[in-house]
Amino acid sequence: MPNLKDLKTRIQSVKNTRKITKAMQMVAAAKLRRAQESAEAARPYASQMDVVLGNLAKGAANSPTAPRLLAGSGKDDVHLLVVATSERGLCGGFNSSIVRLAKAKIAELKTAGKTVKIITVGKKGRDQLQREFGSLMIKHVDMSEVKNVGYVNAQEIATDILARFDAAEFDVATVFFSRFRTVMEQTPTAQQLIPAVFEDTGEDSSAPNYDYEPDEDAILADLLPRSVATQIFTALLENGASEQGARMAAMDSATRNAGDMIDSLTIQYNRSRQAAITNELIEIISGAEAL
Amino acid sequence: MADTMTFDLVSPERKLASVEATSVNIPGMEGDLTAMPNHAALLTTLRPGIVKVNNGNDVTEYVVTGGFAEISAEGTSVLAEQAMPLNEATAEVMGGVLSAAEATLETAAEDGKTAAAQRVNDVKTLMVQLGH
Repeated sequence: MPNLKDLKTRIQSVKNTRKITKAMQMVAAAKLRRAQESAEAARPYASQMDVVLGNLAKGAANSPTAPRLLAGSGKDDVHLLVVATSERGLCGGFNSSIVRLAKAKIAELKTAGKTVKIITVGKKGRDQLQREFGSLMIKHVDMSEVKNVGYVNAQEIATDILARFDAAEFDVATVFFSRFRTVMEQTPTAQQLIPAVFEDTGEDSSAPNYDYEPDEDAILADLLPRSVATQIFTALLENGASEQGARMAAMDSATRNAGDMIDSLTIQYNRSRQAAITNELIEIISGAEAL
Repeated sequence: MADTMTFDLVSPERKLASVEATSVNIPGMEGDLTAMPNHAALLTTLRPGIVKVNNGNDVTEYVVTGGFAEISAEGTSVLAEQAMPLNEATAEVMGGVLSAAEATLETAAEDGKTAAAQRVNDVKTLMVQLGH
């Protein structure tokens, strides 16, 4: 049986751990609110962009002059996966679930005989993918210096991806991130960037017939690269909110576990203390009786 | 005829304005234009310039560095690459925009040179307008 002093030290150390996890949970909660706000603020732009592009793309999709970003390069051989994860750990299954989804996709593509290239955003995803797929990685974007994800960050990534597309380094690009639903629920998502895909809203008939200035193709050519940047930006923001949500949930359960542990250790401590007292009493009584 | 329409100005990072307006002056790629209620549906890209929003009494001005505008009979929405109220467009901010445009010009491919040069020019004009 551990002695009383050992138990006391253990209880104290678990208490300290609980303080830390509790603090991390609060910090995550505060950051989550900010991350959610910026995700919310970015939504009007992204949705408006989607609507306008959707309308434009419907007209242009079948024309032979459709931009390559929309029509694709005509092949389906080389896939680029952009895996966006967090820079820090201690956020439950957040990073692992994104990486798992990406790995499943890689396996699927490999069985189909495609070439896979990977760009990682965020340290944690890189660490997890490195061992198995290190040879496939072509770039890592370091976000550890970035406090608040800005559109500029997304634009940098987008510019790089677009340059690679222009250089025919890949045919299809997909971004992996975690979509924020609630604090308890984040869904790892794969979204195809290039060629661009649009959800059919089904209300095309009500859309007004626009005049275009300059012409339709020029606008489309201008908007498509921008849409790639916007989608990456949205992905990064959703990821930011998901990360904080996941961390908050993870830290909450860690705090609760620490509490349970303290309770059971305290019971054990009290039992040992009482046992020790009883022992002493028996010794005294037997001593007295022996006289 | 309705005498106001809704006006939205959004950038990727935030929503700057969502107001009722009587007319909006927009720096279109092929020249300035003013959108008023019941304007024919139009979609145009923007050059760097100033968006003027008139709500009948006073005029609010915003600086945009590009993007596009969607005009319909009911309203106008400007989706700007980067947008800020006039007083936030300091010489420093605009200097950053200018150097970014110049960097693009230097690395631009042959067929993109004209557009990039045009952009540098537009940013410079805008800076003069702003008095920087």
